[in-house]
Amino acid sequence: MAKTTYREAVRAALREAMRADPRVFLMGEDVGRYGGAFAVSLGLLDEFGPERIRDTPLSESGFLGAGIGAALGGMRPIVEIMTVNFSLLSLDQLVNNAATLRHMSGGQFSVPLVVRMASGGGRSLAAQHSHSFEGWYAHVPGIKVVTPATVADAKGLLLAALTEPDPVVILEHATLYPLEGDDTPDEPMQIGLAAVRRPGQHVTLVTYGGSLPKTLAAADALAKEGIEAEVIDLRTLRPLDIDTVLASVAKTHRAVVVDEMWKTGSFAAEVMAQIMERAFDELDAPVARVCSREVPMPYAKHLEEAALPQAGQIVTAAKGLL
Amino acid sequence: MNKEEIRTKALGVLAAVVPELEPAELAPDKSLRDQLDIDSVDFLNIVVGLAKTFGVDIPETDYRHLYTLDSLVAYLAGRAKG
Amino acid sequence: MTDFLMPKLGADMTRGRLVEWLKKPGERIARGEVIAVVETDKANVDVESWVAGTLEKILVEPGGDWLPVGTPLAVIAAEAGAEAGAPPAFAAAPAAAAPVTVPRQPPPPDVAPGAPPPRAPLPAAAPAAGGERVPVSPIARKRAGELGVDLASVRGTGPGGRITLEDVERAARERPAAAPAAPAADKRQRMRDAIAAAMARSKREIPHYYLGTTIDMSRALAWLATANAKLPVTERLLAGVLLVKAAALALREVPELNGFWIDGRAQASASIHAGIAISLRGGGLVAPAIHDADKLTLAALSQRLTDLVARARAGSLKSSEMTDPTGTITSLGERGVEAVYGVIYPPQLALVGFGKIVERPWAVDGTVVVRPVVTATLSGDHRATDGHRGALYLDAVARLLQEPEKL
Repeated sequence: MAKTTYREAVRAALREAMRADPRVFLMGEDVGRYGGAFAVSLGLLDEFGPERIRDTPLSESGFLGAGIGAALGGMRPIVEIMTVNFSLLSLDQLVNNAATLRHMSGGQFSVPLVVRMASGGGRSLAAQHSHSFEGWYAHVPGIKVVTPATVADAKGLLLAALTEPDPVVILEHATLYPLEGDDTPDEPMQIGLAAVRRPGQHVTLVTYGGSLPKTLAAADALAKEGIEAEVIDLRTLRPLDIDTVLASVAKTHRAVVVDEMWKTGSFAAEVMAQIMERAFDELDAPVARVCSREVPMPYAKHLEEAALPQAGQIVTAAKGLL
Repeated sequence: MNKEEIRTKALGVLAAVVPELEPAELAPDKSLRDQLDIDSVDFLNIVVGLAKTFGVDIPETDYRHLYTLDSLVAYLAGRAKG
Repeated sequence: MTDFLMPKLGADMTRGRLVEWLKKPGERIARGEVIAVVETDKANVDVESWVAGTLEKILVEPGGDWLPVGTPLAVIAAEAGAEAGAPPAFAAAPAAAAPVTVPRQPPPPDVAPGAPPPRAPLPAAAPAAGGERVPVSPIARKRAGELGVDLASVRGTGPGGRITLEDVERAARERPAAAPAAPAADKRQRMRDAIAAAMARSKREIPHYYLGTTIDMSRALAWLATANAKLPVTERLLAGVLLVKAAALALREVPELNGFWIDGRAQASASIHAGIAISLRGGGLVAPAIHDADKLTLAALSQRLTDLVARARAGSLKSSEMTDPTGTITSLGERGVEAVYGVIYPPQLALVGFGKIVERPWAVDGTVVVRPVVTATLSGDHRATDGHRGALYLDAVARLLQEPEKL
């Protein structure tokens, strides 16, 4: 079977959804004629035309608000925001409107909105294009937060998001777009389930999104030293499938949580807290985490690498628990 | 009852009061009190035990004969005969 | 239903280990009957039940780990109408001596009805030599409880010396199959630790005052020699019995010295339970009680004293004997010591000491004669009494010993 990239898998999901449902449309900065900042929507304008592949002004709050309005009006909008850094401009729309309207209308309105955005560092794009704020979104009740880390999930979870009656935020780590995979699903997956990406019995490595490849590399390195790490990909941050994490911790009794947010207040902190709340008596060592250094993301390649979590740090953290 | 039998039975009485007693390590001609670290209450318990075991009364004035294992056996042998 | 708890057999007992059950589930228990043997840092103790009823369920099997005082060991179905009372000595109870049994408490409000009973307390972290807390991982602690592994005996191999699950499971595997008899050296060390804790507490908290007086023992010894000459060996009295009786009777006259210091004030005890300091061969000390020593005849007191000493040294004391002393009597005269100024066993109020009975020149009516004398001493808690009360007490002891026939 031909290899598919993560980028192609997202595009395939967009294409299939738009072919299947005339209510689905995509809008965002440069998604049309340019084909998307990360070339995800390349070619879709030709197939679906400017009514359904809509270029927007540089106004995240404005076009996300338009997406909310379209969703309230019965459409199935997909809003692409170029990076999670820029999405902060539209936080008000998402947090105060999209996440609340079902609640505030007593269930009369729903906002079936899908918001896709690139996130994360590793591409020398400096401190305004490289951060990770998925934990901020996962903090908010009323929206679901999805972090596909594999080619299959890139398609299957996007298809799933389009079946949700409420807003779904999908964070696509930008370093994953060229990732190749063999198999992509034809059907929507289920949001809210974590996956064991590698079984092991000595230590649990919990991660999601762009940190999954690094964590799997760390597990390979640990295996060479006889340490079998179990790697869990959370896939969805809200609702969080903590049960899969707890089941693994019950087996290994040790956990390292890896994410790319700044350490203080990272999503890893939430995972650690829940492990300690619910599996304290299973722990044979303190729960550890590997996160980004607490600096604005540097531009220089070597400094950026030093700021981001790397496989070597994950190996060191895991060995520190044994 | 010969002296060996008396010695064996007497050691049994001592062991009942001093469970830590190692008969093999007991010097027969040295002070029982020093070797067994016994006090007057232990000693009274030993005298009572000996009296019951050998069916003899042991007046207080005879306590001085019970100083070592050897003298104790000799004393009991004499009392048993008498 | 009543929980039978790990008893507190002395002010400084914090933990105990179940050695043996003397009753099986379903068997009847009389009030005051010995139903279990518990190992403390100082001795194996026969533990009595203070409720009558039926042994419903055993919660802790013998040979397990050290358990904190207050851990439920068994459930007793109390007899209908039976009074689930505290043991008699606890009527004037020292708070430090928790009742052996307590009625089962209603569940705390946050436990739903029908919820499983709370788990037995988990073993405490092993203190390191320097008294520092040795880190133990949560699951290691939990598994140690399940496997009955004493964390104090486990060497931690995790980061920072943490005791890990693997360490506990290794310790459990390497443990002899049978309930391990603690090596004698361990037992001695535990007893030293217990004595160290009690005596350090005493000297830290109790402002001692010390008094001494020399008592003419000629009348007492003459009376004793006459009496013993007529008695068969089994009923023969030791001089020590006269001393204990006199010391106990004198406490009646000065009751302020008999009892406990609890919650910042002295609480006198109506009963006089004489704690007898008994040194153990190989080291160590216990001070179990002769109950109501002031009321016993000399013959009965002698019987109790010889029995108590024998059992203390054989390691089979009863729980009430450990918990009940209202004062302690010690004698070091056996090895020639003439005076002993003792350390009060907290939370008691006083300790009476006797030295060796020795012959000394003694002035009587202007003439020097040779008399057997003994030095009696009193260590008193100055928070509870002053030297004057102590002086009255020693005076009473001396007077009582001049009329041995009345003892």
